[in-house]
Amino acid sequence: MIRRFIVLAALVMLPFVSNSQSLVQFDSELDRTRYYALIQELRCPKCQNQNLADSDSVIAEDLRNQVYVMIKDGRSDQEIVQFMVERYGEFVLYRPAFSLSNSVLWGAPAALILIVLFVAVSRRKAAPQAATAKVDDLQLQQRLDEIDSEKGAE
Amino acid sequence: MIAELGFFALCLSLAASIGTIVTGTLAVTTRQQYLTALVFPLSRMMFVGALASYVVLSYCFYANDFSVEYVANHSNSLLPWYYRLTAVWGSHEGSLLLWVMIQTAWIFVVSVFSKTLPLESRVRLLTVLAAVAAGFLAFTIFASNPFERSFPFVPQNGADLNPLLQDFGMIVHPPLLYMGYVGLSVAYSLAVVALIEGRVDSQWARWTRNWTMIAWSFLTAGIALGSWWAYYELGWGGWWFWDPVENASFMPWLVATALIHSLIVSEKRGAFQQWTILLSLTAFSLSLLGTFLVRSGVITSVHAFASDPERGLFILQFLGMCIGGSLALFAWRAPQLRSLTGYTPLSREALLLVNNLILILAMVIVLFGTLYPLIHDALGMGKVSVGPPYFNLFFVPLMLILGLFMVAGPLANWKQTKSDRMRALVMMPYAVGAVAGVVIAVLYTPWVGVAAGIFVALIAVLFVDTKRKLANRGLSLQSLSRLGVGYWAMHLAHIAFGLCLTAVAITVEYSYETAVRLAPGETKSVQEYSVKLDTVGDLAGSNWVSKQGHVLMSKGDSLVADLYPEKRNYTTRGQIMTEAAIDWGFTRDLYVALGEQFDDGSWSLRVQIKPGVRLIWIAGALMSIAGLMSIYARRRRK
Repeated sequence: MIRRFIVLAALVMLPFVSNSQSLVQFDSELDRTRYYALIQELRCPKCQNQNLADSDSVIAEDLRNQVYVMIKDGRSDQEIVQFMVERYGEFVLYRPAFSLSNSVLWGAPAALILIVLFVAVSRRKAAPQAATAKVDDLQLQQRLDEIDSEKGAE
Repeated sequence: MIAELGFFALCLSLAASIGTIVTGTLAVTTRQQYLTALVFPLSRMMFVGALASYVVLSYCFYANDFSVEYVANHSNSLLPWYYRLTAVWGSHEGSLLLWVMIQTAWIFVVSVFSKTLPLESRVRLLTVLAAVAAGFLAFTIFASNPFERSFPFVPQNGADLNPLLQDFGMIVHPPLLYMGYVGLSVAYSLAVVALIEGRVDSQWARWTRNWTMIAWSFLTAGIALGSWWAYYELGWGGWWFWDPVENASFMPWLVATALIHSLIVSEKRGAFQQWTILLSLTAFSLSLLGTFLVRSGVITSVHAFASDPERGLFILQFLGMCIGGSLALFAWRAPQLRSLTGYTPLSREALLLVNNLILILAMVIVLFGTLYPLIHDALGMGKVSVGPPYFNLFFVPLMLILGLFMVAGPLANWKQTKSDRMRALVMMPYAVGAVAGVVIAVLYTPWVGVAAGIFVALIAVLFVDTKRKLANRGLSLQSLSRLGVGYWAMHLAHIAFGLCLTAVAITVEYSYETAVRLAPGETKSVQEYSVKLDTVGDLAGSNWVSKQGHVLMSKGDSLVADLYPEKRNYTTRGQIMTEAAIDWGFTRDLYVALGEQFDDGSWSLRVQIKPGVRLIWIAGALMSIAGLMSIYARRRRK
């Protein structure tokens, strides 16, 4: 309830905020870094494909201020992100949520890397016998001769 | 009348491509000499038609012929002539025409410079290339005709070109990129020919390598240039955002990079045959996929696909034919292609295989991340975004691992390297890299340390490799030049990769950004600089008016940069553009963008200090130059 009130208050204050305080001033370097990190990773809901930091649109401006106000309020990054998702959906997250519905998104590349690693290691063990057969040397020599004669011909 | 001639020329080009396909196919089946002789002029005629058509469209733009709808939608009589000419590729239809023109130009070049190939292979190659071109020509003619007229209501003036595209970058970036994409179609066609003939020999590999290398050099330059262009033009200083459009160009690059490496193995060792063929097919298929994803609007908006069923369906069919057809051919014929030689785990082949696996892994992850939002939405699971944090998480470690293997790669011998010999060779570069990396990590940040360590190690490899190669010749200018341009090109490209890693790390870790509010005449400090907004004045161009600030940045008492950022209003479209002012340097860029004006007359200024950012594109340019050097070396060797 209290949280809802704060959100409401923040919303009501938005127009004032954007007029009087467009340029952000922070109490600490940490807050400054947090602000820039957050607006980098949040997507502008109305733009083609831009984050809040880069977009010139009005809504991006508003949401930047929103992030600013919430940081000033002492909210955590998680709370700010939560707030944005509640309003605009997971679409605004450039860092997709680490959730069950996204398990394929996060899991697939990891699984793929592991599979490639496994195959590479197991083939590495199997490779030497096949590779050092005598016949092979013969073929190789012929091949090299061929290449040399081709080069000479050109 | 003239626009109709352009359309006619395009149809002529399509007719010539169909003619090439028919005569080419008949020529190889019936072996009639007159048919074979016909293939060459027909394939060249494709280019003549496409070029004429392209020239006509350019003329329509130049002459402000607004009765042509495409011109009316993307140009304006106030637009300077050079942007009118480049506005040709400012949107879907025209850029497709540019594609077709470049595609047929490549075919022309191939038809002229393919004399070292057996005649039958030449005919087959031109036939396959003509088939690819025919697909594009048909798509342009039937679904994306840029010559359509808007009779009887001809607009007085055009709607103007998107201001973002009114820039030098627009003049060079798309042609370079298309040269790369289309160049990969030659590798694709060569692979199809190899599958049909069931033969991959070292001459085929050498040939494919030359053409792929040219395409790769253009693609590299195109991507680097695109990144640089976005950086200065969009007004927020970003140089890579893992945007679907960026990824569309990057995926073919990753595969092409893998391909130029696997082709070395195929050429020199007669190994990796199937793999090389598969990469050749994939590289171009991905450029097709990427271009169409972007062009059809599937990526930016899922609904554009359905809203233009004609275009969408055509795209799907063509993609299906190119990708599906070639993969089916691959499945059918590839088992005939056998590697002639084997290799051990500690050999140059094995290390090049590692290179290939890492690059392909990276490509698959980028592809997956790019398509995931589409799949997610199509399954009714709602809209999600996949952005830089996701891609970086997987991509950065993969590239660092790649860098580590690149240290060993050039030092390994073909087939087998004795492990104690290998150890002795790689010891120095790894040790030097590790020491440099640790020192830099302590002085700066861990990521910069890792990247710089790899960079230093790659430079050390150059020394070790050169010393090894000169072991029985002695060090002299003559013996150094004997190593060949290709040798230096390879090391240059590798070192440039290390430089790129380092530059990215520095930029990411040390960029500083802030917004300050300044009244004219006021000074504020940003990091070690003091920023003064001197004046804000008015400025006008032929199709825009702007507010131009004069910003002075100084360090201590000395003036560092004199900058003129602008807020431009392109009057025809009423579009506001931020024209950032940049003071560039090898070590850092100072990036200033003019924001909004406040009621009291003061302005907001966005100030960024970006160390190392310039080195990213310099590294890209070096890679591209290295590619061209290696082509030069290979041509001269013949």
